[in-house]
Amino acid sequence: MKFRIDRDALADAVAWTARSLPQRPPVPVLAGMHIEAGDRLKLSAFDYEVSAQVTTDIDVEEEGTALVSGRLLAEICRSLPPQPVEVTTDGAKVMLRCGSAKFTLLTMPVEDYPSLPDMPPAAGAVGSDEFAAAVAQVAIAAGRDDTIPMLTGVRVEIEGETVTLASTDRYRLAVRELHWKPERPDFSAVALVPARTLADTAKSLTTGAEVSIALGGAGGTGEGMIGFSGGGRRTTSRLLDGDFVKYRSLLPSEYAGLAEVQTGPFIEAVKRVSLVAERNTPVRLSFSQGEVVLEAGTGDEAQAVEALEATLEGEDINIAFNHTFLLDGLAAIGSDVARLSFTTPTKPAVLTGKPPEEGANPSYRYLIMPVRLSG
Amino acid sequence: MSRKQQLHRPGPPPGPPADDTGCGILHVDMDAFFVSVELLERPDLRGRPVIVGGTGGRGVVAAASYEARAFGVHSAMPMSRARRLCPRAVVLPPRHGVYARVSAAVMEIFRSITPLVEPLALDEAFLDVSGARRLLGRPARIGGLIREQVAEQQGITCSVGVASTKFLAKLASTRCKPDGLLVVPADRTVDFLHPLPVAALWGVGERTEEQLRRLGLKTVGDLARFPPDALRRELGNALGDHLHELAWGRDPRPVTPSAPDKSIGAEETFERDIGDPERIRRELLRLSERVGARLRAAGQAGRTISVKLRTAEFRTFTRARTLREPTDLSRVIYITACELYAAAGLHGVRLRLVGVRVENLVPAGRTPRQPALDEPENGWREAERAMDQVTRRFGRGAVRPAALVDPRHDHGDRGDGGDDRDRGA
Repeated sequence: MKFRIDRDALADAVAWTARSLPQRPPVPVLAGMHIEAGDRLKLSAFDYEVSAQVTTDIDVEEEGTALVSGRLLAEICRSLPPQPVEVTTDGAKVMLRCGSAKFTLLTMPVEDYPSLPDMPPAAGAVGSDEFAAAVAQVAIAAGRDDTIPMLTGVRVEIEGETVTLASTDRYRLAVRELHWKPERPDFSAVALVPARTLADTAKSLTTGAEVSIALGGAGGTGEGMIGFSGGGRRTTSRLLDGDFVKYRSLLPSEYAGLAEVQTGPFIEAVKRVSLVAERNTPVRLSFSQGEVVLEAGTGDEAQAVEALEATLEGEDINIAFNHTFLLDGLAAIGSDVARLSFTTPTKPAVLTGKPPEEGANPSYRYLIMPVRLSG
Repeated sequence: MSRKQQLHRPGPPPGPPADDTGCGILHVDMDAFFVSVELLERPDLRGRPVIVGGTGGRGVVAAASYEARAFGVHSAMPMSRARRLCPRAVVLPPRHGVYARVSAAVMEIFRSITPLVEPLALDEAFLDVSGARRLLGRPARIGGLIREQVAEQQGITCSVGVASTKFLAKLASTRCKPDGLLVVPADRTVDFLHPLPVAALWGVGERTEEQLRRLGLKTVGDLARFPPDALRRELGNALGDHLHELAWGRDPRPVTPSAPDKSIGAEETFERDIGDPERIRRELLRLSERVGARLRAAGQAGRTISVKLRTAEFRTFTRARTLREPTDLSRVIYITACELYAAAGLHGVRLRLVGVRVENLVPAGRTPRQPALDEPENGWREAERAMDQVTRRFGRGAVRPAALVDPRHDHGDRGDGGDDRDRGA
């Protein structure tokens, strides 16, 4: 094997692939990054759950494959000087030359490396920036506790041209709808994708204009698997098992009141008053005509209070939220004006951006369960 | 406590009230507390030997009436032995929830007198009343007041020791039981103390008593006159100094209003070791129900749940998990306990004891609670509150999870337990 490649192209490709290297490899070869030099260069990493493969242009002199420590290769590539890189194999070693720097890496047996899962059939495509933004909005609400795997996933529902993403940790629920271009107009599928993988993947696939989503049906190729590709990069991920929460029934169908607050000042104020809120103690919001008063802390400890301008339709209401949950939602709505719709202080409230025109359904909804105060 | 109980002597002869000048410390001790509480509901048992404790083969005595004590029965004694000593005794399984409620009411009486209350157990506490003198009178008078109020409001008797130090106050209450009050005048401390056996001193267990006996020290007076240096050499510096000071009635420890309970737990020693995971989980359910009810009765909730698993080979495993927020729900405790049991890797291993404990306690009423989105407004919380109410009216076991209703189940296998108050009676 012998090829030459631009230093930045190599560094990008290696860094992206290295994200999927397992932290603690279940078998030693999985610590390796698989290098395949053909017409183009193909780099792969795999941890049995997630696979990542990138393809990039090279100037190949002699085709070949090799398996080297992925972590080490990533560190080396990050630190290379801005010079073309030449990679060659020499017996059981891989040599990497860049300017006057030269590295010799040990290899692992290529034949022991598992073959990557096949990509499921392509299902459709979505704008990469919008997809990344949508996934980020939803993934914040996913649970982090591995004891309930179902809650660590993002539910992906595809119905024709509409993709709905949802996740919840049981205390809040984020739902985002977006349009895409399905391969077939009547395409319909559901999948539960690990939220961390999905968020990382979506963010890293913004190099191309579109992300192609590949989703297998039952019994077909790539069952229990989802694939994403774009800009020469492709990732597959094993899906999570289990039935997702029936979240649609959680979204209230009607509201008793509706308040609007400027998002930026709201975030700043919540951050300030929650400085005195101990873990798990809420920030309390009192909405009345023209203002919202934010309070945190109780008589036994430090207290903070701040008032902000707000509009309110409906009766005055006092409602309390976990401040982290509230801040996550405010940061995700992507709108200058935050709208909070509620029924009672003990029922879930919905946070959205103010829709551009009244009556339009917001594409993003963040449902948040209020904290019940004592007494 | 058992050995100290043997030090019990009849109260002092009636006479003019002793001088309580400088005696600001009270030790209040309920008389045969568990038994007294049971007798409130079973007046027919008054005057008969009554024992409260585990009724199974490995059960122990938690409390005994004075009638039973006359037969040599005392707490911490194996129940089998107690039954042999006193075959006529009525044995009642303990009902901790009930005792906790009476205890809380009694502590409330104490706290209405002084904020300086240091509970030692459900049935005893130290009070520092030196600041209450102008408001309520002399310490001995306050002691009398407490005895009246406890009797009037709770229908049970207590004994009060009045002295200048905690140690002396506790000795005094022990020596005036039951239903008595004893003042140890500050200037008579040595006269009171020195004739007592060394075992009366705090910190003298069976081993130390044996060491002292070998030095020829039988009474507190012998100990007091023994050279302190030699005592330190024999017992170590800390214990030597401690005992020397105590022997002269010096005990500088103040009454410290203690923090509320740090944890609430229950455990079960099986009659026969159990390996079947299904049955272990049922025991965990029973214990979780008990712990949950006690938490709710005490108005507490806790974030850390632990299980204790002791194998037939006497190896003990403790596994704990801290939840996102405090709970007082038996169901949450049970689910967590089962997960901890599953994770302990003792599936099918024969166990001798299981225990469930909730730690990191906070007052439940004051904790804001983050419910889940799909949590019904009337859920387990309300179901368990309703169970608590039924239990209060009809007794423990009147309502319980279906898994714990098993006609074939041998209820006699519980060591320290006792959910069915009617069974032992």
